Amino acid sequence: MTKFEEKQPSVSVDKLMWMYEQMVKIRYYEDQMVEAYTEGKSPVFNIGEGPVPGEMHLATGQEPAAAGMMVHLTKDDTVTAPHRPHHHAIAKGVDLKKMTAEIFGKETGLGKGKGGHMHLFDPQAKFSCGGIVAAGIPHAVGAAMANKMKGKDWVAVAFIGEGAANAGAFHESLNLAALWNLPLIVVVEDNSYGISVPKKSSTSIESNDLRASAYGVAGAYVKDNDPVAMYKASEEAVNRARNGQGPTIIEIETFRFLGHFQGDPELYRDKEEVPGLRARDPIMKLRQQLLDAEHVNEKELEEIETRAKQQVDEAYQFARDSDYPKPEAALDDVFTS
Amino acid sequence: METAKKRMLTGNKAMAEAIAQEMENDKNVFVLGEDIGKYGGIFGSTQGLMEKFGPERVLDTPISETAFIGAAIGAAAEGMRPIAELMFVDFFGVCMDQIYNHMAKIPYMSGGNVRLPMVLMTSVGGGYSDAAQHSQTLYATFAHMPGMKVVAPSTPYDLKGMMTSAIRDDNPVVFMFHKSLQGLGWMDQLDYAVGHVPEESYTVPLDKANVMREGKDVTIVGIQMMTHHAMEAAERLSQDGIEAEVIDLRSLAPIDKDTIINSVKKTHRLVVVDEDYRSYGMTAEIAAIVSEEALYELESPIKRLAIPDVPIPYSHMLEDFVLPGPDKIVETVKQMMDEA
Ligand SMILES: Cc1ncc(C[n+]2csc(CCOP(=O)(O)OP(=O)(O)O)c2C)c(N)n1
Ligand SMILES: [Mg+2]
Repeated sequence: MTKFEEKQPSVSVDKLMWMYEQMVKIRYYEDQMVEAYTEGKSPVFNIGEGPVPGEMHLATGQEPAAAGMMVHLTKDDTVTAPHRPHHHAIAKGVDLKKMTAEIFGKETGLGKGKGGHMHLFDPQAKFSCGGIVAAGIPHAVGAAMANKMKGKDWVAVAFIGEGAANAGAFHESLNLAALWNLPLIVVVEDNSYGISVPKKSSTSIESNDLRASAYGVAGAYVKDNDPVAMYKASEEAVNRARNGQGPTIIEIETFRFLGHFQGDPELYRDKEEVPGLRARDPIMKLRQQLLDAEHVNEKELEEIETRAKQQVDEAYQFARDSDYPKPEAALDDVFTS
Repeated sequence: METAKKRMLTGNKAMAEAIAQEMENDKNVFVLGEDIGKYGGIFGSTQGLMEKFGPERVLDTPISETAFIGAAIGAAAEGMRPIAELMFVDFFGVCMDQIYNHMAKIPYMSGGNVRLPMVLMTSVGGGYSDAAQHSQTLYATFAHMPGMKVVAPSTPYDLKGMMTSAIRDDNPVVFMFHKSLQGLGWMDQLDYAVGHVPEESYTVPLDKANVMREGKDVTIVGIQMMTHHAMEAAERLSQDGIEAEVIDLRSLAPIDKDTIINSVKKTHRLVVVDEDYRSYGMTAEIAAIVSEEALYELESPIKRLAIPDVPIPYSHMLEDFVLPGPDKIVETVKQMMDEA
């Protein structure tokens, strides 16, 4: 047992290492995406230009939510994600090359270039996401239902932003999942904003885990974007769902280091805010905790970092090297064959 | 030149100016929607309103479209004149019951005893790789339902004048504005997204199409972006001796049949260009009107250009393929002229 495990016996340092690797991978992936997205968009920003056109919502700073939940999931568990989906996709084990190719609009992409960054579907990884706020929650309800009907102990997790918790779909879905006692977990990532609207201007209560009592489900709150606390809250929720004890709402206080989308002028936000959040970087925090646990040394962590970055680099290279679809392919796939 | 003196505004500023002037005139006018306050609307339609009128009359809402569009209906029934913004028309799905079953039908079901003087404004259109859930126009989906006036202006002048008319109208008006015609700094810079807009308040009717260019050989009916593509195509066709008449539909419901039919009577040929899906859409409606009322005026079959019944794909090669543009219009008109 490591020092860390002595203090926190329920937490496996090996699993924390896995989380660390995912978080580093996510961070580097998003950093590379900032670069790729900017290509062709300077000196004059034009949303439709460059190798990655359209809207781009990045998850830099929000890594703990994805890593802390996914460390407890298997290939058989289902995840639905919103318009800001890269961290969930990566931690769920979505094919990184095909995902990146999709974002570059290539024919080798998950959706042959038809979906784009907000519409990633990897049935092998049991992952999907979409551009309509809160729409993924009922899909997770359905996946949870299917799992139950099949007699499996698989769970379904819907990730949403705090803004989405004010949509009808959130409330309808939780009532339904509670009513039918489904293995559903809703993770609310509170990054303080829905685009420009601060949480206090959109939400009538302090945090969404408090809403759990309205549906008769369990609620948990993770503060300070803390990876270990997210690990623990998720573990409890997953166990509850797997054991047939019903849904959980987890809200995590997380940090949006970047704009709502790339190119967001962020005039609604205090200039000091982001540097303050960056000073509380969850990756640096977990890194230090791992070193303090004396389970790994600096060199081993660097190996993890190198490996993660290499995978990301390979994915981007694959995307860039791939061909664009033939224009007429636009007409295919309206119906599946 | 005189034009040098003209007051030029982008589409978004023209819209925001109309709203501001009506808010000044009538204390019952207020605006609500997502990111319309400090942000000024994702597509700039409410720019400057928060600073002028404050949070009592410019309300940022939660992401609760059913609640705030339904609330606009309820407030309108009480005599307020709300303007609700649905950020992208694509999000209609989460609040369509309020729009289709309530906003559109309450005046009728009440035998005309309940008025709903409200505007539902919403952004439409693609062409910048925003993919299937953020690029639709859904013109026909809205025009289809009786009980709402549906407009789709394509110039800054009309954006202001039709917004003023929409706010003053005692009926629900769906006001569709095209993202690329807002003249925003972060999208394509299009000359026609900036135009002459008088400062004083004025109105443009909600039921009249506009002949943008006169011609004798073929009528091209366009909506919003497609009108501008039709204008470009017409200039190119003119170099080959083909003179196209271009009609900017502007009002989808009610539709200005007379302007279309009168033009077809003159040109005897019709091409309809639409950024919506092809089947059961605006192109079919206009073709049906002309078939019913001016079939024997036609010298060749009507041609329709629209999205070929697929969702809007993300990759720009794919999106370009499905969106009608000047090249396809030129090609279609030439084919039509050759066949005759
Ligand atoms: C039904 C619907 N309404 C509005 C939008 C536009 N929209 C996209 S993201 C967003 C904010 C979402 O905020 P939140 O849920 O907190 O997620 P975050 O972006 O902060 O990750 C909005 C309003 C949408 N995509 N779908
Ligand atoms: Mg948020």
